[in-house]
Amino acid sequence: MLAVNALTAVAALVREPQFDLWAGQWLEMSALVEPYLIIEIAVLYVLAPWIARQAQPAGVLAVAAITLAIGLAVHALIGRLFPEPPLALLRHLLLALCVCVVLIGYFGLRARALSPAIAESRLQALQARIRPHFLFNSINAVLSLIRSDPKQAETALVDMADLFRVLMRDNRELVPLADEIELCRQYLALEKLRLTDRLNVEWHLNSMPADALVPPLVLQPLLENAVYHGIEPSAAPGVVSINIFYKGGEVHAILRNPYQAEGGRHHAGNKMALANIRERLQLHFDAEASLESRVRDAIYEVHIRMPYRPVKPAPAREAADDRAKPARDAGPALARGSTGAPHG
Amino acid sequence: MADAPLRVLVVDDEAPARRRLRELLDDCAGALPLVVVGEAAGGREALDLLHTVSADLLLTDIHMPEMSGLELARHVLKLPQPPVVIFTTAHDEYAVQAFEVNAVDYLMKPVRAQRLLAALEKVPRLKPIPAARLDQLPGATRRFLSVTERSRVVLVPVDEIVYLKAELKYITIRTAQREHLLEESLTRLEEEFAPRFVRVHRNCLVGRDFIRGFERRVGDGGDAHWEVLLRDVPETLPVSRRQQFIVREIGRESQ
Repeated sequence: MLAVNALTAVAALVREPQFDLWAGQWLEMSALVEPYLIIEIAVLYVLAPWIARQAQPAGVLAVAAITLAIGLAVHALIGRLFPEPPLALLRHLLLALCVCVVLIGYFGLRARALSPAIAESRLQALQARIRPHFLFNSINAVLSLIRSDPKQAETALVDMADLFRVLMRDNRELVPLADEIELCRQYLALEKLRLTDRLNVEWHLNSMPADALVPPLVLQPLLENAVYHGIEPSAAPGVVSINIFYKGGEVHAILRNPYQAEGGRHHAGNKMALANIRERLQLHFDAEASLESRVRDAIYEVHIRMPYRPVKPAPAREAADDRAKPARDAGPALARGSTGAPHG
Repeated sequence: MADAPLRVLVVDDEAPARRRLRELLDDCAGALPLVVVGEAAGGREALDLLHTVSADLLLTDIHMPEMSGLELARHVLKLPQPPVVIFTTAHDEYAVQAFEVNAVDYLMKPVRAQRLLAALEKVPRLKPIPAARLDQLPGATRRFLSVTERSRVVLVPVDEIVYLKAELKYITIRTAQREHLLEESLTRLEEEFAPRFVRVHRNCLVGRDFIRGFERRVGDGGDAHWEVLLRDVPETLPVSRRQQFIVREIGRESQ
């Protein structure tokens, strides 16, 4: 909440020039406002971690005080360059303060409106995942192994247990990308069991930041769609490819599968899963994350972009996160030993 | 009458599901004489098999690539001695509801041995499911039309059909290669495959994708009409006065 407040102040100030533009006759003023805004954004950006640690009223007061102080400083500076009537100073400061308070209020409301949604997201995440179709077909596949290959049946059941453990836990907290990948591997191993050589998986994880924090179940439902819409409707073998890499402070995940135009499957389920993941990305990362999908050359592609947030080195995390690796000192920790070769 | 063993054909696109069903059928063999005459990974393969071996019972999955189990059930009706069909499905609440309404037999996967045995015991008293009843099931739109030629069932992919023309008792199916004769109703076909075919005449449906254009012709009597020009086949088809509006409609789409 406080972090939102700090961010809001920054975002708020970005919005202010437009506010001024609407007001037509204040167009000239924007020339004065811009340097002021840029300084304020810089100051708030530097102070954001400190402000975020303050209690709610103190944080708001601090932001307001910073706004006024910078206003005063900028005014003094500009006053040196262009002589201005003293009345403008008061108007200037009042205006800045009003905009600041209104926007903090707005973002506070927005944060309050969204927080039940965060609690809700866990539920939504549960509903949008795992088709019963997959559950029953997988159980059936495991049953078929019990007599002929009990060892493989065991592995499959353990994979299934892991998968469902994740599905049923509290999924509000971000998880390390490595965990999500492990989950995807288990899921695909189960699908491979029943689809055998029709399903081929290609992993491209050489430059994946394994320690990046991502919303739980951000990839697995997409792979489930890839299998359901891209592999199952065709008797011919198909490839699902997963390409995850770090680029310019962001984590990119690109998933591809063959596009079956006449699969006869209702694509509503796919749209729902996409909307659900997009919503959860927005809740965690706001505008810093995006999800896009497209069809090109008979290949369906989903591209997710997320900010790179490494796992914090502090070990004060819940027991469920025992697999979380501490972040390296600099740069993303790269996954090792992964290859681009089809995964058996 | 000696009790011949029940001949069963297993159809499922997933190998583990076929293996599981075979294991269960083996378990049932002690209580009821039966023999698995084969297994197939899809509808086409199943029909091919049924030309060489005969079966009393077809146990088929519903969701399969290329041809659904429901469609397979329609095509096997063209065989001289069609087998009884029992569907297997992992999870499909709509299909299951429809099955119950239409009294069509089905087994839920994973299949329970007792339930399978009970179904097998009923088979000798069951008759093949009539086409009219299969039509009522959701997702029954076919990808192939089946015609019987020299006691074999030949599948004609619907997306290869240039036109369908009703003549006396039969419908002529025209593909780029050849013609087949089908005994079905043109109106029903039009409904089932809408909007794939365009009705150009009371007795003729043309594949939308095969229309190359239209040409104005003047007959011997001096009255003019439109002819449909087709892709892949040399002949043209007359557009009736009543259906003339499609000339404008399709002309507009193709611009």
